[in-house]
Amino acid sequence: MQINTWLKTNTFHHSAFWDLRKLIKEKEKQGLKVSLCIPTLNEENTIGKEIIIFKSELMSRYPLLDEIAVIDSGSTDKTVEVAEAFGADVYLSSEILKGMGAKRGKGENLWKAIYQLTGDIVVYIDADIKNIHPRFVYGLVAPLIYKAQIKYVKAFYDRPLASSQGIRPSGGGRVTEILVRPLFSLFFPELTAIIQPLSGEYAVRREVLERIPFPIGYGVETSHLLDVYHLWGMKAFAQTDLDRRVHRNQPTRELGKMAFGILQTFFTRIQSLDILGDIPELSKTLRQFQVNDNVFEEVDYNIIEEERPPMIEVPQYRKKFELDKKS
Amino acid sequence: MREIIDELEKIDEIINTLPYIKDAVVAIQEILLANLVMIGEIPAPTFAERRRVEFIENRFTESGLQNTSTDEIGNVLGILPGVEGEKNTLVVAHTDTVFPANVDHTITVHPDYIIGPGLGDNALGVAVMVTLPMLLELLEIQLKSNLILMGAARSLGRGNLEGLRFFLSNSEIPIQAGVCIEGVTQGRLSHDSIGMFRGEIICTVPEEYDWTRFGAVGAIVTINEVINKILEIPIRRRPRSNIVLGAIEGGQSYNTIATRAVLRFEIRSESNEIGEEIYQQIKDITAEVSSQTGAEVTLDVFAHRNPGGIPFNHPLARNARRIMRALDIQARKSPSTSELAAFIDRNIPAIAIGMSFGEHQNQLNELVKIEPIFTGLAQLIGILLAIDRGYCDAD
Repeated sequence: MQINTWLKTNTFHHSAFWDLRKLIKEKEKQGLKVSLCIPTLNEENTIGKEIIIFKSELMSRYPLLDEIAVIDSGSTDKTVEVAEAFGADVYLSSEILKGMGAKRGKGENLWKAIYQLTGDIVVYIDADIKNIHPRFVYGLVAPLIYKAQIKYVKAFYDRPLASSQGIRPSGGGRVTEILVRPLFSLFFPELTAIIQPLSGEYAVRREVLERIPFPIGYGVETSHLLDVYHLWGMKAFAQTDLDRRVHRNQPTRELGKMAFGILQTFFTRIQSLDILGDIPELSKTLRQFQVNDNVFEEVDYNIIEEERPPMIEVPQYRKKFELDKKS
Repeated sequence: MREIIDELEKIDEIINTLPYIKDAVVAIQEILLANLVMIGEIPAPTFAERRRVEFIENRFTESGLQNTSTDEIGNVLGILPGVEGEKNTLVVAHTDTVFPANVDHTITVHPDYIIGPGLGDNALGVAVMVTLPMLLELLEIQLKSNLILMGAARSLGRGNLEGLRFFLSNSEIPIQAGVCIEGVTQGRLSHDSIGMFRGEIICTVPEEYDWTRFGAVGAIVTINEVINKILEIPIRRRPRSNIVLGAIEGGQSYNTIATRAVLRFEIRSESNEIGEEIYQQIKDITAEVSSQTGAEVTLDVFAHRNPGGIPFNHPLARNARRIMRALDIQARKSPSTSELAAFIDRNIPAIAIGMSFGEHQNQLNELVKIEPIFTGLAQLIGILLAIDRGYCDAD
């Protein structure tokens, strides 16, 4: 599929889906259930607002969402209390699929959500969005409802800088522009059309979610793109412009950890797809440096991008969703 | 006496339903809070309320209000038709805030309270007004009178109630009663307005100012001289009057003599004549200081309210107090300089009430408590029912 053709046919702006009555009618006609998953770790300042906005606008007024679930990684602040106070279903990640143990990381929450939630479509929204608005959900869910061939819808956010000309650069954050896009350009040029491959907001059909593995940490978004691309091709993707997203910025050193995790996942995929032949065993230690009284000190971080298997391989999941009976 | 007993019996019908109403309105929590957040996060400085008004207009349309429209001033209106539709009650909340658009309007929601600029004044008032049609539907209340909901533009500061005044001057719909909704503070009950003159004294030192002249000290000291003279104005105890020095600004740095300073003030008085008198004195002071210092001192009075309103024992005020008492709200009579003044100028009986309690009003960390809002809503519904059934008409 040509990148420019894909950009034309599979890139949307949220305003195209403003008619929620029409969207809900179509959802009901197809008998779809939609679940919202908000993964959290210490988000007490933003979680309450997200829940009341989504509950009011997309459950009470327009019943697009059938469930709103917070999957928490063990917050030490009041995230859980706040989420419960405003009526979300709150689950501790460690309590879901207990027999499979508990790992720490956003990817772990996203993976466990597939087991815990019941929707045919699961939409993931990060909890740190300050300017939350219903468009963050309906903008991502609508392409899945209206277009059967689309399976995975990614958010992107336009960040217009002052520009006096018709053409201006459009892109993602720092890690996207200096790591992921160059990597995609080298190995998977079509995927460069996804403007913000690392955005934490996306809506996915269950049939896709249950068939792909989940890195538990920083690599989850990258691995999704590579796996969905490999299994279903570019036509399975769409992306929606959600305008502005206001969130806290991460310091550069934190982005270093993120980049390290993403690279691990990327090389794992390169290996499994046999793109570069054998790759030697890679170090799991990120080395950063700090200066203490004019002396340089090494600071090591052990970052291991473990992966959870495709949920469809988990017996408890097959039992809960009666997959063996169906097959 | 018989009339008052009759009225008491009638109002008791409403009072008896208040506990049920108070419990039932909790079901509207998430819709109300979502409205509050979405309204509060749209900046709406006076004269630039358009985006907030668009949101309200959409909400009115979604609620099925009739004649939903905006006017040339930027007001937004919608009508919830009454079963009989012979009378009209106007519920108004001002849409503008004191915060400029470049201030971060992000709101944070906590289990017991919400924080963000302009929440109490007056995003909460607007959110309550916008949620009112759903609330009445939830409570299965059908009013006999038409309920006109209005988000009023250009209310604060230099806006000088332009929005509501425009509507009352130009609309052909006769209004029998008005209710102004303010976010805070619950318990306030305003039914009369004190007279008010609002203005600025601006001191400017000209570029060619002779700094060698005796006493040449710049704009800040000059404005200080104005303040000293204002404080010497004798203020009578009766009729009650005062001068509020509300804000002052001037200068740019530590070591540069200021060339501009501004003092914002209000003259408040129960008597228009005394207000006029004080205004005249301040005018004289500015002229005197200007001639003494050589600086340009100008007086700009841009807002004026006439004193007036309904008396304490008017049935609207009396029954509002009864309803508040029944909900354990301690009613405090508080003379108003808000929207009420526009009703007063037109001799329309009206009150202003507050919905909740808050802190840090008109600061960036303005806080509104959630739990009291439900009592505030029950209070509003009770008052609207009393008006609708004619219990608040003048004897």
